[in-house]
Amino acid sequence: MTQPPAWTRGDVAALLPDDTARAWFDEALADAARAAGTPPAAPSPYLAHTWELRFAAAGRHCGHRNADAVRALLLIEARAGLGTLTRLYGYGSAAERRAVLRALPALVEGPHAVHLVEDALRSNDTGLVLAAVGPYAAAHLDAHAWRHAVLKCLFTGVPLDAVARWTHRAAGDGELARMLRDYAAERTAAGRDVPDDLGRVLTLTGEVPKEL
Amino acid sequence: MRIFDPHIHMTSRTTDDYEAMRAAGVRAVVEPSFWLGQPRTRPASFFDYFDALLGWEPFRAAQYGIAHHCTLALNPKEANDPRCTPVLDALPRYLVKDGVVAVGEIGYDSMTPAEDAALAAQLQLAADHGLPALVHTPHRDKLAGLHRTVDVVNESSLPRERVLLDHLNETTVKDAKDSGCWLGFSVYPDTKMDEDRMVAILRAYGTEKVLVNSAADWGKSDPLKTRKVADAMITAGFGEDAVDQVLWRNPVAFYGLSGRLRLDVPQADGLHEGNSVLRGGE
Repeated sequence: MTQPPAWTRGDVAALLPDDTARAWFDEALADAARAAGTPPAAPSPYLAHTWELRFAAAGRHCGHRNADAVRALLLIEARAGLGTLTRLYGYGSAAERRAVLRALPALVEGPHAVHLVEDALRSNDTGLVLAAVGPYAAAHLDAHAWRHAVLKCLFTGVPLDAVARWTHRAAGDGELARMLRDYAAERTAAGRDVPDDLGRVLTLTGEVPKEL
Repeated sequence: MRIFDPHIHMTSRTTDDYEAMRAAGVRAVVEPSFWLGQPRTRPASFFDYFDALLGWEPFRAAQYGIAHHCTLALNPKEANDPRCTPVLDALPRYLVKDGVVAVGEIGYDSMTPAEDAALAAQLQLAADHGLPALVHTPHRDKLAGLHRTVDVVNESSLPRERVLLDHLNETTVKDAKDSGCWLGFSVYPDTKMDEDRMVAILRAYGTEKVLVNSAADWGKSDPLKTRKVADAMITAGFGEDAVDQVLWRNPVAFYGLSGRLRLDVPQADGLHEGNSVLRGGE
């Protein structure tokens, strides 16, 4: 089951700075809706539908703070499938990739888009890592990849609370506990601090962090 | 002192450079897409590079409090390789992006028919996308290259007031200024311009529409040359206002023509101060 989007059209319209931005937003949604109703044109690797160009330009037209929400609604309005999401992620700037990742729970049922999460987790951009560990990852990332995602957050300073359902997935996970203990030992051996978040996860795995 | 380096290839530079640039007063950079020393052989290599200029490099710059934008194009040298020219077809996808503040570097390397075609096509793309253009002038046969560049600009639908002619020197500055374009100077340790010659040109031609850059890249170059020019200007008797005009207000005005310049440095959402770049990666 997909989840309802975090924002409604009305929520986003109310956030936009002025009527020019609201008019741009309305036109972009109409473009996206038209794309949803028409079959794709002859395949061309580089040709982009108008709504996809607006997806890229949303930051400067609607305000960078609102771009994630605007982009998510465009994806929903265009009924973006896996091919479209993969293409927009692939040609996307960091901001566009974050928007695709955040929209996954509302758009993709099942694990088919997990390659996008895995791609983001290979990056070292903490903004992408943070967007990758949301509810979609919680539902679909396999145990090995999920443990590495948690460890990567600890490595790169992404707050643990950004990891969706981490308390649920970490509970009783003995392998995660071993990885965390080893990481803590490595930090301690180097004379470095152990991240506070590490102890929080370790507690949930059933381990006692005092052993660190 | 606030400094905007309007042309620097940060993808070739280290975090030490970012740290030193910040300490020297650099608060904003524009990274033009260009060749990498090792020739590319397929469009996908360009796209990964464009993605880095739109994602990873702004992220790295932000760690040091530096705003990062880019200019995108098929560069003149690789425009001669038919395996790379499909990049021109993909540029409309990239030129709409928020971080792109010009089409560039375009222009001439060896002045071939393929370079003519790529330059004209990309000046048109700039006009179509409401973007200014950063035009590299050639290092070999420079004055002839400058004249040919200005001719192509004049034949294009992009107004001269939206064109920056870069890598100028004593032999090309007069004709470039007469053309009505913006004037760019790259200051290098051994080649191109140096600080004292730059000051002499500013004395002779004034500070209006002049931009100074380090063009630092993978060759012998110095990302602090912008600051060194500022110091040389002060030593030579220029006031702080003239320094601010050349090293901040002029690049802000030129790239501001795109309507996309953001000089506040966006931070990644909800992060602690530490991150993997500062820690040396993982």
